[in-house]
Amino acid sequence: MHITLEFGGGLELLCDSVKIHNVDVELKKGLEKLTMKDLLAWVRTNLIKERPEMFMKGDTVRPGVLVLVNDCDWELSGQLETTLQEKDVVVFISTLHGG
Amino acid sequence: MEEGNTIAKRAGSRLCCLCNERKPALKRPKTLEQICRDCFYNVFEEEIHQVIVGNHLFKDGERVAIGASGGKDSTVLAYVMSELNRRHNYGLDLFLLSVDEGITGYRDDSLETVKRNEVQYGLPLKIVSYKDLYGWTMDEIVKVIGLKNNCTFCGVFRRQALDRGAAYLKVDKLVTGHNADDIAETVLLNILRGDVARLSRCTSITTGEDGPIPRCKPFKYTYEKEIVMYAYFKKLDYFSTECIYSPNAYRGFAREFIKDLERMRPRAIVDIIKSGENFRISTSTKMPEQGTCERCGYISSQKWCKACVLLEGLNRGLPKLGIGRSRCLENSNDNRKEAKRNDGDRIIESKQCGSLDF
Repeated sequence: MHITLEFGGGLELLCDSVKIHNVDVELKKGLEKLTMKDLLAWVRTNLIKERPEMFMKGDTVRPGVLVLVNDCDWELSGQLETTLQEKDVVVFISTLHGG
Repeated sequence: MEEGNTIAKRAGSRLCCLCNERKPALKRPKTLEQICRDCFYNVFEEEIHQVIVGNHLFKDGERVAIGASGGKDSTVLAYVMSELNRRHNYGLDLFLLSVDEGITGYRDDSLETVKRNEVQYGLPLKIVSYKDLYGWTMDEIVKVIGLKNNCTFCGVFRRQALDRGAAYLKVDKLVTGHNADDIAETVLLNILRGDVARLSRCTSITTGEDGPIPRCKPFKYTYEKEIVMYAYFKKLDYFSTECIYSPNAYRGFAREFIKDLERMRPRAIVDIIKSGENFRISTSTKMPEQGTCERCGYISSQKWCKACVLLEGLNRGLPKLGIGRSRCLENSNDNRKEAKRNDGDRIIESKQCGSLDF
């Protein structure tokens, strides 16, 4: 599944200072849909190069990291349970860096 | 609007709680309302306007400096202040005031952002540097003192640098981008440190009214989440890199704790501020008296202000002078004059290092 990921607010520093990543995420065998929970695990394994604790805590993002799916706050779409679709744009912004 | 429909499906079929017309774009942490982008801009700006008007923060014709670091809070503050000043005819002369600590690869980059903001918002910019004011850059200070107490130097120097910059601009007030999360964090830290004097004043929306330049915090009740969402939706140009010198770990823990609380109960942030506001300090508690520094004339509760003590240490090759907690020393041995003198600005009211607002 083709997804565009954007990292901002300092999170880009955790993935080689690249802000926008166009990625293909394979669906796990036997599963029909991709959720934010799956995507986060994928991002952590495949994109985060350093200090993963700045991005995640447990199986979700660290408190203080905002997530938007197609420019909509993921708190409105079910957070980890949000189902992703082809060509979705997911944005992660840290509120924890600097003032 | 194919994409819009997709969002609506996943976000449920609900519409914006305020206009009941458009699809919601975010959940407000303060009220848990689901609101659309346009209504968000309205309530965000209107709440800040109400805070400004309700607290009589400014008078018509005043000159006001905005402490600008290039970070998210001060960038949004500069944008919103100039918007509201125009829209509601505050009649303010606004300026951007930045501090150059002399941190290569960090502040020089963020100052580029402030210089762009100067053009984007049409606000005159003044930059004051540690090098000009104190003869030392933070890079040079770190070379001498290492990475242990550098944040103390930076915080003390920044406070004074902003006042001196404000005096240069001849402004009546200085506004900083402290948000609700920052203030909740400071309340908590002051409790953890037993700093009763600061606990009682850290929630004030205006401070330093007895000093040369009062400071105020129009974002006192504004959640960090909303500031970042606002900057993101409006595509404001801000800089977000951590200071290259190690951040204040203790404050970092407090920040994380507050963010954890916010996740479970978003109201926790305003509730902590409310608690801070309602603390009553018993009248028998001894408070430090405010005077002026014998050396430079800056406000100080001691003979010398903290910046002068730190500078004296740097210039005499004793950089540890003025570092560390001295209260316990003072109690155990009254002859420790040095310790006594340094007690003044022991705790710096600053955000994580490197950020300009404090």
